Amino acid sequence: MRKRVPLILLISVLTVVGFAVFAWRPAISEVAPPGKSAFAPELIAQGEVLAGAGYCAECHTARGGAPYAGGYALQTPFGALYSTNITPDVKTGIGAWPEAAFRRAMHEGVARDGSHLFPAFPFDHFTKLTDADVAALYAYFMTRNPVSAPARKNGIPFPLNIRALQAGWKLLFFHPGRFVAGPDRSADWNRGAYLAEGISHCGACHTPRNVLGAEKPGQSFAGAMIDNWVAPALTKDNPSPVPWSEDELFAYLRHGVSHYHGTSFASMGPVVHDGLQKLSDDDVRAIAVYFAGVAEAAGRAAQAEPAVQRALATDQLNVGLHYEADNRLYAAACASCHYNGANGPNPLRPDLAFNSAVNLDDPANLIRVMLFGIDAKQGAPGVLMPAFSGFTDADLSYLAAYLRATRTTKGPWPDLAQKVAAERAQGKRQESSE
Amino acid sequence: MTHFTINGRAVSVEAEADTPLLWVIRDDIGLTGTKFGCGIGLCGACTVHVGGRATRSCITPVSAVADAEVTTIEGLDPAGAHPVQRAWLALQVPQCGYCQSGQIMQAAALLKDFPAPSDQDIDAVMAGNLCRCMTYVRIRAAIKRAAELTRSGKT
Repeated sequence: MRKRVPLILLISVLTVVGFAVFAWRPAISEVAPPGKSAFAPELIAQGEVLAGAGYCAECHTARGGAPYAGGYALQTPFGALYSTNITPDVKTGIGAWPEAAFRRAMHEGVARDGSHLFPAFPFDHFTKLTDADVAALYAYFMTRNPVSAPARKNGIPFPLNIRALQAGWKLLFFHPGRFVAGPDRSADWNRGAYLAEGISHCGACHTPRNVLGAEKPGQSFAGAMIDNWVAPALTKDNPSPVPWSEDELFAYLRHGVSHYHGTSFASMGPVVHDGLQKLSDDDVRAIAVYFAGVAEAAGRAAQAEPAVQRALATDQLNVGLHYEADNRLYAAACASCHYNGANGPNPLRPDLAFNSAVNLDDPANLIRVMLFGIDAKQGAPGVLMPAFSGFTDADLSYLAAYLRATRTTKGPWPDLAQKVAAERAQGKRQESSE
Repeated sequence: MTHFTINGRAVSVEAEADTPLLWVIRDDIGLTGTKFGCGIGLCGACTVHVGGRATRSCITPVSAVADAEVTTIEGLDPAGAHPVQRAWLALQVPQCGYCQSGQIMQAAALLKDFPAPSDQDIDAVMAGNLCRCMTYVRIRAAIKRAAELTRSGKT
């Protein structure tokens, strides 16, 4: 046994050294900022579209802060991570980064100085981007106004904050490589897949993650919790009674409102209205084609009509004189906007029978929308849902239970009053100011 | 600071983000036609239009209307001659009048979605607008009159 101790020590040392060598990435030398005139206007414009489609501003801008100057807090299960300054400031931003360093960050998740980036930065998606698109993004960011904003200290505890360990994470979970088109798929589908899996990183929210924060292989778009909201499944397991068809997806992603699925809210508000809004109709259509495929919508089209008829029938439950407390509460608080009648479903009178929030296994989305409402900028353009936080936990849970029972074919949600109380305590915003 | 338009006029208000839109409309902007009733979105007295949709302003945080278009009873029609208003006058709907600006705003929004509303449609959409004077029968009749006025193009 004695002889083994030095051997174990040797193996340990070799392992550490070996891992250090494995994890090591060279720094890429700083360059003088190329300046705004170094890039063709068309390239910058292309980069602007891509930066929109990637929602870069959403994470790289602190609330009320300068665009792209970083400082936004991402609450991860491992602690708070603060986004960094991606303006071309030399000292605190990426002003001294040559394009090769920017490309390596996008494709491999490695900063200019050789340190590994945390996968909160979705390089696992951006690795699919073509060099040409990365060049366009580089041109766009290098021509923004530089802002001096030093990185904030992350709240990730030791030893998880050791960036070299990210090399191990990458070894286990990261598959670098550009997008490969499906040869038997249409051009639209491939374009949509390239955008959705790459720059728009839809899976970052809609794919569940494992305990180490990596998207679970084989469960793409199966749905996940993100910032206290449910990002619903985009597969055939999506619980909306009317399948997400190409046209429905296009309407929702282009305008924030669709006929049979209600409006965008929560993180999807800026995704639609600030991000995808930069894309052409053709590109949004391509994403719709791709996700209609993910949802296997073509094979499920027959589900739509019975669901519509059922919704219109349930609409009548609140007509006339009723004495049940939950029905009356719905009639007084909800029906003025959500009732449709014989005219059929009006997208601006979102029929709750269609709504994924009412049909999901988890009532979080419904409770949060009732409590906090939907701003005019989040959903259907210029219209809003007010915030019913003046209702008691009991009343909101009656409403949720009532909708679940009357508008869906699903089983009741347990412990609703406690969940309402928990969401109320959690508050509207996930991002903490400190 | 929240920017939005009210009755076609651009405004910027300093109120805290979670201030109810109703307070801003009445106290900061000074338009007092919109009334405070219950404060929790259960009586309809505070109804205004946001983006053309009937909206309870007492439970709408002012931050939610950023860049949106708000219309109050004062802005429904430049001459106060919206079909709903004319029908209200013709049928002498109000009694005490307190809830009526909310009723009128809700009714005007209703007619956009239901140009020929049935009694059921009216009851379902107007159920959230309470009237302590019980003018409901006249409200229903006036909504039908307004629908006729709109259809006949006498705007």
